[in-house]
Amino acid sequence: MAFLSAGNILPTRGRGSFRGGLLSCWPGCPVAGRIIPGVLMAVRKTFKGGVHPHEYKELACSKGIVDMPPPSRVVVLLRQHLGAPARAVVNVGDRVVEGQVVGEPAGFVSAPVHAPISGEVTAVARHRHPGGFICDAVVIEAKEQIPDGDGVVSEGAPHRLPGATLDYMNASPDELKALIRDAGLVGMGGAAFPTHVKLSPPPTKPVDVLIINGAECEPFLTCDHRVMLEETELVVHGVKILMRVLGVGRAIIGIEENKPDAIEALTRAFAGVDGVTVQACRVKYPQGGEKQLIKALTGREVPPPPGLPLDVGCVVQNVGTAARVAEAVMEGKPFTTRVITLSGTQVANPGNYRVKVGTMLKDVIEFAGGLKSDLSRVIQGGPMMGIAMADLDVPVVKGTSGFVFLEAGNPVDYEAAACVRCGRCVSACALRLQPVEIARKIEAGDLDGAEALHVMECMECGSCSFACPSNRWLVQLFRIAKGKINERRRKA
Amino acid sequence: MSADEKLDTGKATEAPERLIVSPSPHLRSKDTTASIMMWVAIALVPGIAVSLYYFGLEAARVMVLAIVSCLAFEFLSMKLLGTKGSLKDMSALVTGMLLGMNLPPTSPWWMVVAGGLIAMFVAKHLFGGLGANIFNPALTARVFLLIAWPVHMTRWLTPGVRGLVTQDQLEAVTGATPLGLLSENAAWKLQAFNPTDLLMGNVGGSVGEISAIALILGGVILLAKRIITWEIPVFFIGTTFAVTGAAWLYSPYVYADPLTHILTGGLMLGAFFMATDMVTSPITFRGRVIFAVGCGLLTGLIRLFGGYPEGVSFAILLMNAATPLIDKLTAPKTFGTLKKAEVAK
Repeated sequence: MAFLSAGNILPTRGRGSFRGGLLSCWPGCPVAGRIIPGVLMAVRKTFKGGVHPHEYKELACSKGIVDMPPPSRVVVLLRQHLGAPARAVVNVGDRVVEGQVVGEPAGFVSAPVHAPISGEVTAVARHRHPGGFICDAVVIEAKEQIPDGDGVVSEGAPHRLPGATLDYMNASPDELKALIRDAGLVGMGGAAFPTHVKLSPPPTKPVDVLIINGAECEPFLTCDHRVMLEETELVVHGVKILMRVLGVGRAIIGIEENKPDAIEALTRAFAGVDGVTVQACRVKYPQGGEKQLIKALTGREVPPPPGLPLDVGCVVQNVGTAARVAEAVMEGKPFTTRVITLSGTQVANPGNYRVKVGTMLKDVIEFAGGLKSDLSRVIQGGPMMGIAMADLDVPVVKGTSGFVFLEAGNPVDYEAAACVRCGRCVSACALRLQPVEIARKIEAGDLDGAEALHVMECMECGSCSFACPSNRWLVQLFRIAKGKINERRRKA
Repeated sequence: MSADEKLDTGKATEAPERLIVSPSPHLRSKDTTASIMMWVAIALVPGIAVSLYYFGLEAARVMVLAIVSCLAFEFLSMKLLGTKGSLKDMSALVTGMLLGMNLPPTSPWWMVVAGGLIAMFVAKHLFGGLGANIFNPALTARVFLLIAWPVHMTRWLTPGVRGLVTQDQLEAVTGATPLGLLSENAAWKLQAFNPTDLLMGNVGGSVGEISAIALILGGVILLAKRIITWEIPVFFIGTTFAVTGAAWLYSPYVYADPLTHILTGGLMLGAFFMATDMVTSPITFRGRVIFAVGCGLLTGLIRLFGGYPEGVSFAILLMNAATPLIDKLTAPKTFGTLKKAEVAK
């Protein structure tokens, strides 16, 4: 709890004006210096609703990032982002070098994909995505490098983006944004929305604050935590670049209080940077949800869909994305490497691994020392919103934050019991919906009623299902209803 | 909910043949309906223990009869009607305990069994079973029995009589309750009851409502385990205190003091264990506050001006009926639809 005494982690411009006056003496006082900021933060920096699942962070949070050597074969999916899938621009037999574009963006809301390793394209075919669907992919296999007549290796040095600059403060925002776009950067928190799109707010929606998401509220996952600790400098540069691109003077980095070392590291790293505050948030799921984090840090509420953070003057980027932004802009590195967490009880060495995008999960598991014998479930992402996979034959994609390996009987395969109207789902909902009432409408086949109760606003965070003592499949029910309503809207 | 798929296991991974696939979230809280019910049952134990101390075998007889008949009628109702629920969820056990606690210790056996029938079959399973009932089953049974057999339901065993009571002994060992005296406008007779007795339970009354302190202890257990939330007991008891206190201030000779009011009758049992019934109380915080204030107002008014000495059961049942309406009126505004929140600058 040492970080609580560090007075500088509280914002210099808090919401309440009283802080500067009445309590200005507290940082010096050994008792008040610990208690008062703790209380203030506990009271302030969160949202209404949410749940407290066991964190399971201890499995991997202290494990430093381990670099996995590039694999000999990668499967680069062309649909690693929200929006239009990329178009393959290489053919079977082509030689590619690391960093070369293998898939071109197909539209504005899209992103290029790059070759993570040098080698030969051995297939352009369909492959399973960790999200369960099947999409186009470019398969690259490393080939022995053949020296040409002069003894020079034929494959060139890794491709780097032209125009990369260490002096980003003197580059124009548009140049920086172009670098970010060409690097194929997408949100690394899971949704994988192309970063440059988020950085292009329409002139009608002025942005005044950049929010950096370091909450990492999903149990098990620790990759953002490690990035904040081990790539602190990159995060600092990335935040400055993002602020420059957006033209904002203010950034807030939100980190859950269960990562005091990360809070301390970033607080120290940002000490000399104007307009950036590092803010501890209460440990609560889904604190790292975009809307919940904005609410906690600024008090603003993003309107329901199609409302966006832009509507309240905010842009949210993940800390990992910020680090990759710095790499793209300063070193010209395309987005081909990321940190993922392997955790859960059924992986031999839970930890954080820096891997090439496109590395097959099996190769990562092998590198990490294999699995334990009681494996029954593998979750892509965290256990609250992640996807249970049927198949380990999938590659790491840009949006992969980790894999969780669970033992048999965890979770217990519940049979849903009758709703007892306890209202825990209502208290748990982070968007102030009434899951119990919505579920009742859906079960009665009343889609209109469900729509009137705002089922379309549900973000499927899973808090209601988590809290339900009858183990009802609430989120699943809402997903089905949302699908049906969307289908109906398309037809209309 | 799980679909299995054949998996090509790589040599290195030793992955199992099949992986289980299920929708997120893949974590669930440890609380289940059965565990909640179990804690309610545990929290009721102190109240029952005091009762066994003061009323002995008569209380034990009523409790056993009530629990057994509720379990039996739950089972039979589910068989007969095919409604939701299971004996394993322990809700019938809790209803049985609450029913027993709501009856006088000298209740005839057939009346207790009739109460079990009303609670489980009529109030719960005719409405659709677990989670579908509008009215609290144990209270519905209590009110039914009160109207059907008022004499049996208002005969109060004197505390300390611990043996079984035969029919001809009844007159000798029963007496008035504080609330009974109050409704006869005999507030002055209340001198006979001192607050310590009311707190500890050395007073006539239903099996489970005599000791305020034992019931509060149970309530604290439920609050600590987060089975119930604080707003219903606090606002229920607080409102009753306020209403009866206002009357007492107006005329201390006619009306009893508010402390006596909140310590007597079924208020503690009702406020901690019956009004907080998850099935029949509102689902939002604001709704529960309205619900509890309504319960307190009605209890106070019935006690002060009504024809019955006790109003807790009627008050809760009336508010049970209002719960769907309260839920509708207190539906929260969804995220982002409030007026522009204050923006931190």
